[in-house]
Amino acid sequence: MTSSHTPVAAKAPAQAAPRPRLSPRRRRSMLRGAQYVVLAAAVIAVAVLADWHQLQQQFLELSVAKRMFPDLLTVALTNTVAYTLSGFGVGLVLGLIVALMRLSSVAPYRWLASFYIEVFRGLPALLIFIFIGVGIPLAFPGLAIPGGAYGQVAVALGLVAAAYMAETIRAGIQAVPRGQMEAARTLGMSHARAMWSIVIPQAFRIIVPPLTNELVLLFKDSSLVLFLGVSLQTRELTKFGRDLASETANTTPIFVAGLCYLLITVPLGYVVRRLEAGHAKAR
Amino acid sequence: MSAASEPSGSMREHKGTGMTNATTTADTPTPTRAIEIRALHKSFGDLQVLRGIDFTIDTGEVVCVIGPSGSGKSTLLRCTNLLEQPTQGQVLIAGTDITDPDVDIDRLRRRIGMVFQQFNLFAHLSVLDNLTIAQRRVLGRDKAEAVQVARQNLVRVGLADKEDSYPAQLSGGQQQRVAIARALSMGPELMLFDEPTSALDPELVGDVLAVMRGLADDGMTMMVVTHEMGFAREVADRVVFMDDGVIVEQGTPDEVLTNPRQPRTREFLARVLRPADTVTKS
Ligand SMILES: Nc1ncnc2c1ncn2[C@@H]1O[C@H](COP(=O)(O)OP(=O)(O)OP(=O)(O)O)[C@@H](O)[C@H]1O
Ligand SMILES: [Mg+2]
Repeated sequence: MTSSHTPVAAKAPAQAAPRPRLSPRRRRSMLRGAQYVVLAAAVIAVAVLADWHQLQQQFLELSVAKRMFPDLLTVALTNTVAYTLSGFGVGLVLGLIVALMRLSSVAPYRWLASFYIEVFRGLPALLIFIFIGVGIPLAFPGLAIPGGAYGQVAVALGLVAAAYMAETIRAGIQAVPRGQMEAARTLGMSHARAMWSIVIPQAFRIIVPPLTNELVLLFKDSSLVLFLGVSLQTRELTKFGRDLASETANTTPIFVAGLCYLLITVPLGYVVRRLEAGHAKAR
Repeated sequence: MSAASEPSGSMREHKGTGMTNATTTADTPTPTRAIEIRALHKSFGDLQVLRGIDFTIDTGEVVCVIGPSGSGKSTLLRCTNLLEQPTQGQVLIAGTDITDPDVDIDRLRRRIGMVFQQFNLFAHLSVLDNLTIAQRRVLGRDKAEAVQVARQNLVRVGLADKEDSYPAQLSGGQQQRVAIARALSMGPELMLFDEPTSALDPELVGDVLAVMRGLADDGMTMMVVTHEMGFAREVADRVVFMDDGVIVEQGTPDEVLTNPRQPRTREFLARVLRPADTVTKS
């Protein structure tokens, strides 16, 4: 039986082998060469076909860019940072509360927290902004969120951020080894004291990278304030860029505003990756 | 049958004063019950882990608990300071039934030091802060006093030069000695040890055992779950052998370790003692 099968099995690969083919390594290097060719062609086409003068006038018109100063920094960027940080602060406090509720031994607290998280992660941030800016004043005419636009943005951004941060914080708390809580309790600390002094500080070390990521997202989401109808003094980067763009019929202000975002978000992203790499090493 | 058979009034009174003034642990003229456990049962779901434990530890006594893995040693220890809630039965610490819901367990735990197999040092705090945080937050000591007590205890465990280190910078043996110093800084009347050397490299075990021996010599009441038969033989006043959730046999080290009466004890000792260097972990 075996003797009759072996010759057949041996013949099959022998038939396929003789056809000459490119080795995988050669094929890879040829493919890479082709990619360079395509890229070079695209660059040349853009360089030849694009109207550089027109582009420069539209996107980098210095006279328009100059008009953006100093308000770009003193008003727009300052406000973007203020909105973001206040939203982050509200989100952090609220997120911590929701995370602790999510971990509570009282079931209704857990349900409430889950409900909050699902709702606010499932809604577009813009809808929350409109709800805060338009819905609440309509529903409760007498009620005003203190701080004007600043207060409204802090609340709207904070509500959204809290839902994401709550899940991050909960994961961080659960990542702290159980022995830490037990050791603290055996020293006579109450559950709350042990949480506050021992578990939460360690949880926050674990979640600094994802929280920084959340900060980057908030920087971008702060642009939604556009829909709250802000005044000259409360404009932030996006609104500022848009207003000036339509005023001057030029794209440069939007371009410059975009650069300002990148100036903040790119370094922050870099910090996040460094922190994550540091964590990976520490584990 | 429950509350009727309590220890005599004089004992309770004596420990009663000790309770309100937790810093005086030294003057105990007559031996009193540091721990009294009555008909203790503990189940996790359907799993009966402790099936009726009765035993006592007198003040100043050193008791080693031995037994095979899964026999419920850790659970017994953890019921003693209510890290686990007993399913049934009573645990009396110096005459106070800690299973009584009216007992302030946080106040009581200050008086019971505990040392874990995995050390459980606070990873985000320096050695000194590990030793002072509970003194300050729980006992309300001011910083100067807490630091002074901490330094005394670091000297006691031979790590005075490590107060600024972080736990991750220390060897396992050093971490465990810091953990002992941390527990001692609260001025406990009683120390519980759950396999304090089982997670250590063999060459680091000796330092930790030496510290524990010193504690025993100083008269500390100790309940030690351990696989270190040498330590049990030399240091323990009494050895308790547990198997399958019950105490099978107890007595002096000589009685239990050298001349065990129960077949199960003999079997266990034969398994543990024969290959002399597999004693550390099962
Ligand atoms: N929290 C828990 N939930 C469920 N089962 C548990 C829990 N803690 C312990 N057990 C079970 O109880 C039994 C006894 O555990 P215990 O830790 O007390 O044993 P041990 O004598 O300390 O063993 P070892 O020498 O391995 O530490 C084991 O079967 C264990 O799986
Ligand atoms: Mg154990």
